[in-house]
Amino acid sequence: MDTHVAIVGVGLTPLRPVSPDLSFREMIFEAATRAYADAGVRPGDVDTFVTVAEDFHEGTSITDEYTPDQLGAVRRPVHTIAGDGLQGLAAAYALIRSGAAEVAVVEAHSKASNIVHHEEVLALAMDPIYERPRRLNPHAVAGLEMRRYLHEAKISPDVCSQVVVKNRGNALRNPFAAYGAVLSPEEVRRSPPLAEPLHELEVSGYADGAVVLVLASAEAARRLPGQAVAIRGIGWASDEPSLSGRPWAQAVYARLACEMAYRMAGIRDPAEEIDLLELDDTYAYKELQHLEAALRLEVGEGAQLTAAGRTALGGALPVNPSGGSLGMGYGYDASALVRTAMAVLQIRGAGGPLQVAGAHSAAVVSWRGIPTTSGGAVVLGAL
Amino acid sequence: MGRPARRVAVVGAGLSLFVRRALETGKELAYYAASGALASAGLRRRDVQAVVMASAPDAFDGVHMKGEYLSDGAGGWRKPYFRSYVGGGSGVFSIISGWSLVASGLFDVVLVVAEEKMSPTQPHPQAAFNSIFDHTIERPLGPNLLWIFALEQHRYMHAYGIRNEEIALVSVKNKRNALDHPAAQVAAAVTLEDVLASEVVAWPVHRLMVSPVSDGAAAVVLAAEDVAKRLTDRPVWVEGIGWTLDTSYWGNRDLAYPRYVEDAARMAYRMAGITDPRRQIHVVEPYDPFAYKELHHLEGLLLAERGKAPEDLARGRFDRDGELPSCPSGGLLGVGNPIAAAGLMKICELYWQLRGEAGKRQVANSPRRGLAQAWGDLMQIGTVVVLGV
Repeated sequence: MDTHVAIVGVGLTPLRPVSPDLSFREMIFEAATRAYADAGVRPGDVDTFVTVAEDFHEGTSITDEYTPDQLGAVRRPVHTIAGDGLQGLAAAYALIRSGAAEVAVVEAHSKASNIVHHEEVLALAMDPIYERPRRLNPHAVAGLEMRRYLHEAKISPDVCSQVVVKNRGNALRNPFAAYGAVLSPEEVRRSPPLAEPLHELEVSGYADGAVVLVLASAEAARRLPGQAVAIRGIGWASDEPSLSGRPWAQAVYARLACEMAYRMAGIRDPAEEIDLLELDDTYAYKELQHLEAALRLEVGEGAQLTAAGRTALGGALPVNPSGGSLGMGYGYDASALVRTAMAVLQIRGAGGPLQVAGAHSAAVVSWRGIPTTSGGAVVLGAL
Repeated sequence: MGRPARRVAVVGAGLSLFVRRALETGKELAYYAASGALASAGLRRRDVQAVVMASAPDAFDGVHMKGEYLSDGAGGWRKPYFRSYVGGGSGVFSIISGWSLVASGLFDVVLVVAEEKMSPTQPHPQAAFNSIFDHTIERPLGPNLLWIFALEQHRYMHAYGIRNEEIALVSVKNKRNALDHPAAQVAAAVTLEDVLASEVVAWPVHRLMVSPVSDGAAAVVLAAEDVAKRLTDRPVWVEGIGWTLDTSYWGNRDLAYPRYVEDAARMAYRMAGITDPRRQIHVVEPYDPFAYKELHHLEGLLLAERGKAPEDLARGRFDRDGELPSCPSGGLLGVGNPIAAAGLMKICELYWQLRGEAGKRQVANSPRRGLAQAWGDLMQIGTVVVLGV
């Protein structure tokens, strides 16, 4: 088991659909203050800081300019990963294992409520020559992908509705979640279609919030008072960026990322060795794809597990006990770190009403959203 | 910083041409540089275990999540791939990111690619820079980079009593050096009079004292010690890395001295075991998007006394055959400034200089150790890498 690096502190603000009372800097300050207190460190004890942000989500170019002050990181080694939260986690992980740092901080945040037209920002991520002229709405791309998935999985869209019901129901118990609700599968199917077969309630709602994690080498973790959870393995991967050349039913990036993390963690049978999963569910069908990637299943087998209730909070392998993005809210690249924080609380036994009994290990799988084919995976375990 | 877990070497380097407006897409530019670097290392894409990308603001290309768009061109298909980002410092930072992935033991061979395509911003990318400023305090003033760096140069001149003629000599040196660089965009034999006769873009900055708008890409291959020794008998080792980010509130700082560059340099020197940088660094590629920046950075790197770099320049200390050759490539003022790619171009130059492969650009002092530095954000980040053979 690889126990070189541990998460020793987590801090986050509750996710909320709007946050008119707080700037992103104030949210980060709050999350950092909580994380440092949880880990028992002061900013001066931190050797390196990694932040996660994309310019167009922030509305600011070179957005890493605005990262240091609220983290207590002025004149310290700070850099940004313009990517997924788990890629940021991987960057900090590598800096610790390389010997360049003993204690590292990873920060991500979302001020999605500042974005007036999300679809138009996402459309700018399409290839400017081959794809953008088609003027595709990003949800239409998700609709295409969902249709192909349902076709190859040979399942009805009701399984996706079931994912929504499960995750938003789980979120009712989560004080950090914005979108807890009691829903029926019929209500989900009856919600307005966005791009058939994708319906409105199958898409995560946006949320504002900030999350900060404190990482430490095994040696430093022993010294610090925070309750450490080991990063047993971490992986990330990008698949084909073009819409025309990618596989549509399988999340190959997630499979590659999970295999890298499992190799590092020495995991042979993920379904047996992992107690809970926090999987990207930006769209309900993505949870099924990511479940199949995480458990090395064939297309459709994850949907069968879900239909059988195995992934419910009291099931054999709970998936998204936090409520996932559908239940907590979607904060772009911060989502994966929020879910990592949730998984850390579970392994500490501090999950409160969400606690999965006997949770000793967890895996988090992320995706960067439409139109990307990039994601990450991390395996966490009790020290 | 503790002792690095593994030694890491640069084993290959590649560049595209630097031009004002490339007909190639960003993906294609990244591909040219990446395949050039792999070919020089005798490797194929399948030998690469992970890829690091660097590129400055998405606003240039107008492509959101630009790293995702560039991933296949840079060789990232079905590999661990991410984009590390510290604004203008990204090019030199990218190799620090790549170093951490190899030194950590996660991978043995990592490809580092930096790409920039500024030309899609019409009529001029300077407008895109308005969006880097604080939306409440600064953006309403309509600032741009020429404006704030002119402020900084003015402060530097005032603090140390430096004349513009002394600074203009940087342009003369770098544009002349670039005449020997096959990828150069704005190489020229210009005189001090030519530089000072060029139009003032923002006093005291004249047009020939600013690097151009450029498209281009650069790449290097990093390998763990055992792999590097199998691939080449002249690996160029990463001996020191350093980076620090100063406060966002640049208006509150004294701009006369880049303290964040000194912080980063001290971090890199500590790791490399350098105690007397002026003797132990033999060739330097400081970041020179503006003429004064090269001097400013040489001082921050502790390679010249504060306020005295212009005197050293005037007596030829920084010439290719001088005591400490500075920007032998021609730098950003001569080769061009596709932002992130320009930083990594400096690493490529050190790779060739330290292996004695720089051809007509080869410096005269048989260097065994070199330093590359970049700078960016709101006059805020310093990134430093020390390479040695």
